[in-house]
Amino acid sequence: MSALSFRAARRTVPGVYLALVLTLAIGWLVVVLSGGTLFTQATVVSLLHVAAGLGLVAVGQTLVIIGGSLDLSVAYVVSLSTLVAAEAMNGSDTALLPGVLLALAVSAGIGLLNGLLIARTRIDAFIATLGVGLLLKGYLDSGYDGPAGATSPALVQALGYQRIGPVPMSFLLLAAVAAGAWLTLRRTRFGHHLLAVGGDPEVARLSGVRNDRVLVAAHVLCSLCAGLAGVYLAARLGSGAPRVGTEGIYDLESIAAVVIGGTALAGGRGGVAGTVGGVLLLAGLDAVFNQLQLDAFAKQVVRGVVIIGAVAVYARRVIGKGRS
Amino acid sequence: MASLAAVIVLSLAGCSTDEPVTGPSGGPPSTGAGTGEQSKFFVSADYEAELAMLGATATGPAGKPWEQVLNPTMVDTASFKKAGPHKICFSNAALNNPWRQVGFKTMQAEVETHRDKIAEFVHVDAEGKDQKQIADINDLLGKDCDALIVSPNTTATLTPAVEAACRTGVPVIVFDRGVDTTCPVTYINPIGGYGFGHVGAEFVAQKMKPGGKVLALRILPGVDVLETRWSAAKLVFDRAKVDVVGVEFTDGDPAKTKKIVDDYLQRYGTIDGIWMDAGAVAVAAVEAFQDAGKPVPPINGEDQLDFLRMWKDQKLTAIAPTYPTYQWRTPIIAALRILDGEQVSNPWKLPQPTITEQNLDEYLDPDMPPLHYAMCGCTGLPGYPQRWK
Amino acid sequence: MQDTLPRRALPVRAGGPLPILAILGVLLVLVAIRQPDFLAPASLMSFLGRSAPIILLAAGQYFVIVSGEFDLSVGSLVTAEVVIAARLIDGDPDRTWPVMALVLVSAAFVGLVNGLITSWLRVPSFITTLGMLLILVGAVYLWSDGSPKGELSEQFRRFGRRAVEDVPVLGRVPYALLIVLLLAVLATVLMRSDFGRILVAVGDNPRAAELSGVRVGRTRTIAFVLSGCAAGVAAILLGGYSGVSFQAGSGLEFSAITAVVLGGVALGGGRGSVAGAMLGALTLELLFALMNFFGVSGTVRPAVQGAIILLAVAVSAARSPSR
Repeated sequence: MSALSFRAARRTVPGVYLALVLTLAIGWLVVVLSGGTLFTQATVVSLLHVAAGLGLVAVGQTLVIIGGSLDLSVAYVVSLSTLVAAEAMNGSDTALLPGVLLALAVSAGIGLLNGLLIARTRIDAFIATLGVGLLLKGYLDSGYDGPAGATSPALVQALGYQRIGPVPMSFLLLAAVAAGAWLTLRRTRFGHHLLAVGGDPEVARLSGVRNDRVLVAAHVLCSLCAGLAGVYLAARLGSGAPRVGTEGIYDLESIAAVVIGGTALAGGRGGVAGTVGGVLLLAGLDAVFNQLQLDAFAKQVVRGVVIIGAVAVYARRVIGKGRS
Repeated sequence: MASLAAVIVLSLAGCSTDEPVTGPSGGPPSTGAGTGEQSKFFVSADYEAELAMLGATATGPAGKPWEQVLNPTMVDTASFKKAGPHKICFSNAALNNPWRQVGFKTMQAEVETHRDKIAEFVHVDAEGKDQKQIADINDLLGKDCDALIVSPNTTATLTPAVEAACRTGVPVIVFDRGVDTTCPVTYINPIGGYGFGHVGAEFVAQKMKPGGKVLALRILPGVDVLETRWSAAKLVFDRAKVDVVGVEFTDGDPAKTKKIVDDYLQRYGTIDGIWMDAGAVAVAAVEAFQDAGKPVPPINGEDQLDFLRMWKDQKLTAIAPTYPTYQWRTPIIAALRILDGEQVSNPWKLPQPTITEQNLDEYLDPDMPPLHYAMCGCTGLPGYPQRWK
Repeated sequence: MQDTLPRRALPVRAGGPLPILAILGVLLVLVAIRQPDFLAPASLMSFLGRSAPIILLAAGQYFVIVSGEFDLSVGSLVTAEVVIAARLIDGDPDRTWPVMALVLVSAAFVGLVNGLITSWLRVPSFITTLGMLLILVGAVYLWSDGSPKGELSEQFRRFGRRAVEDVPVLGRVPYALLIVLLLAVLATVLMRSDFGRILVAVGDNPRAAELSGVRVGRTRTIAFVLSGCAAGVAAILLGGYSGVSFQAGSGLEFSAITAVVLGGVALGGGRGSVAGAMLGALTLELLFALMNFFGVSGTVRPAVQGAIILLAVAVSAARSPSR
């Protein structure tokens, strides 16, 4: 019993943070031994910027995965959102708010489409979001042959480059969005329903949850988060970029961050705190590999091992919990 | 130093920004000339300038095209003069294709030849991600580099980060793709995409039967260097009244390339010319004709050895415009000259040789692997040939 | 719980192979109108030959999907095997056979590792194979220094590139087509055997299968090994068809999964036939050829592809009774 409660208590701080601390500690040691430094202000700022972009997408991805779905279209939503925002703003500060709102509205619309395809038309989430992603790719490829539009200078300043000490505003935005998502999952009826739908759709339905609505809402929120990541990237890059989402591999990387953070891919279990940890872990690996100037390909191998390893550890814990 | 102090003061104040203060820069690209609908990347003046440079003679040491300059305009660098040995930092867009691999190995070898002057060479790979490269540059600025070399992943989106780097006072050298700002000390690249696209298209249009059918094979849409190649080729084909029956994207995938060529042969019976915006799948395109039992039409490739060998063996009617990998040597040379306070040319336009039937044999190196780029200018560098194998 | 995600959310009650035959029929009619000579034996044979790799990958993916899992690693496995084969053969014809054997064995081994991690360590297969994808791509780039080395021998390439000449009526019959026909027959026989029934049962309801004495983990591991083997053969055919490159297998995992779903196989397991999966792959390839014949602009192709996939899957989902 005490072992069980200990385990339950420990689970409130996701294990990924332990892994994060270990990774950074080992990374720091190796970097220092090889004559470098890891935690300079510049490096920390860079790390947090990388984490902010992926983090926004991954928080949204967490919501749909908890609901037992997933979204493979996020990379294209990110790219589209940068373009909508930057083209609407066209370099003027007065169009800042309309530009951001338009980008978010377009993203939410795509989320709605994803959600309806999955919940109403009953197309599998994998295929539905893959198909919607292809539709968006076609639009981006035929509409744009390179960066377009210009982000409002005020937004570039505020969201793209402003920071408080070593913490960029974009990371604070991520923290705020993550906190909002955390509250939504823990404290609202929608959050509880989402966990129920992901846990066992049949039971959820029988207990009066409207599964379809919950899933559609989760997909809208997921695309909104991807849209917000797009707004941030438009601020960072100064213009809209039709390939930024796919270059960043935001689809697979966000799913990886979510599962490293302890959310079960089958749905019904997990949370955004772990996801943020997963994002920081991936960004931390980036930073360590950068400082050591190790091959990016080696990093890919390490990432693959970390992803499998992390999930294997979680699976072990769940089994342990089940048996104790 | 003053800006560094300013950054420190700002961070102490608890609030700071890495944003460049300079305003929006870079003129809007002009609308296209020519007959077809042109890409928004098409800039007439640049196009004309590049075509003029194709015929120009370079100044500089003979036999060392990586040190030569076309139409030099020298800039003073005395303010950057510094005692060595130096720490040179390099923010690289990516290492994910053979062209960049060959180039980077060439650059590393060049660094080795200056061991006395370069104490440390720091390389960071952005893995083809704009946002990572912006973070990388910011990161490198905290490392006391004596010179910063940047090969941008995307022109427009890397401009703010490069401007931020310039403001710290470190000499910045940009090569391969450019940036929309004049703040770097020099921008090094060969003649460019218009020149590449034009040379290939001129050859194909001249050698094929008049009014014949051309298939244009492109790698990806939306990549600036490739867009300029295609926009120049389009002008040539429009003027020559060539029937461009298809513009297809291959993703650099040889299997996809063969299928596309196969289906076009089925659809049109014959294809009289193949134009490509990059040589990666040239061999696959030729194979598609061979496998279908059709004669291989005039084609352009690039300086990759698999294509050059096939050209020689099969006696193809071919040409290979190049985007030479020897340009990776120049940024190191430029950085050291700048740190010595010597004048350098800005822009530093390198010659962009074309491989033709006449000089093909010079570039056929039987010892090198098939995907090696012949125009690497690396035969005299330390570690040749093993390093490039 | 090693169940895959979408099944838990909303099951797709996909139908049998009828919808895919209907789509294939429509595409063939369109081809017949636009490009009638494509249906002549010679070009049809060459089309089937070049479609062999993706058909094999779809069949391999079918085993995994029908058992309730995913295999995202097949594309990178094809790339890895092609690059490895080129470097080991290095143009020397004498090494062809040993290297081909090595390709098949190592591909099966990767499948075995996928299966063991999924069933023993209880990592969802989506994650296992996503991790494997990263590891394989990273490792093969690392090993070859970022640029493929060596060359495939003509003996190796003939299986994907050459054909049996002078066949009556048909003309040339590509080796790849013969290989895919043979393996298709084997796959069909396998699915009709006890193993096939157990595989479907495991995907349909793993708990019930376990209770009736089926070793679920072992069955799924075998499915992964079969998928690995299919990727190995596909690598030999694809490397033969197009030569060595890092792009050889890129994106093929998504093509294969799309093909399987188009063929009426439900993600999440338990439903669909291997013939449907292979027909799905053929349909996808025919769609690409059709876009070439109609001259659909390269930039809008993804949109056309996406729309057709969504439409086809939506129609087959609507045809089936919902729960």
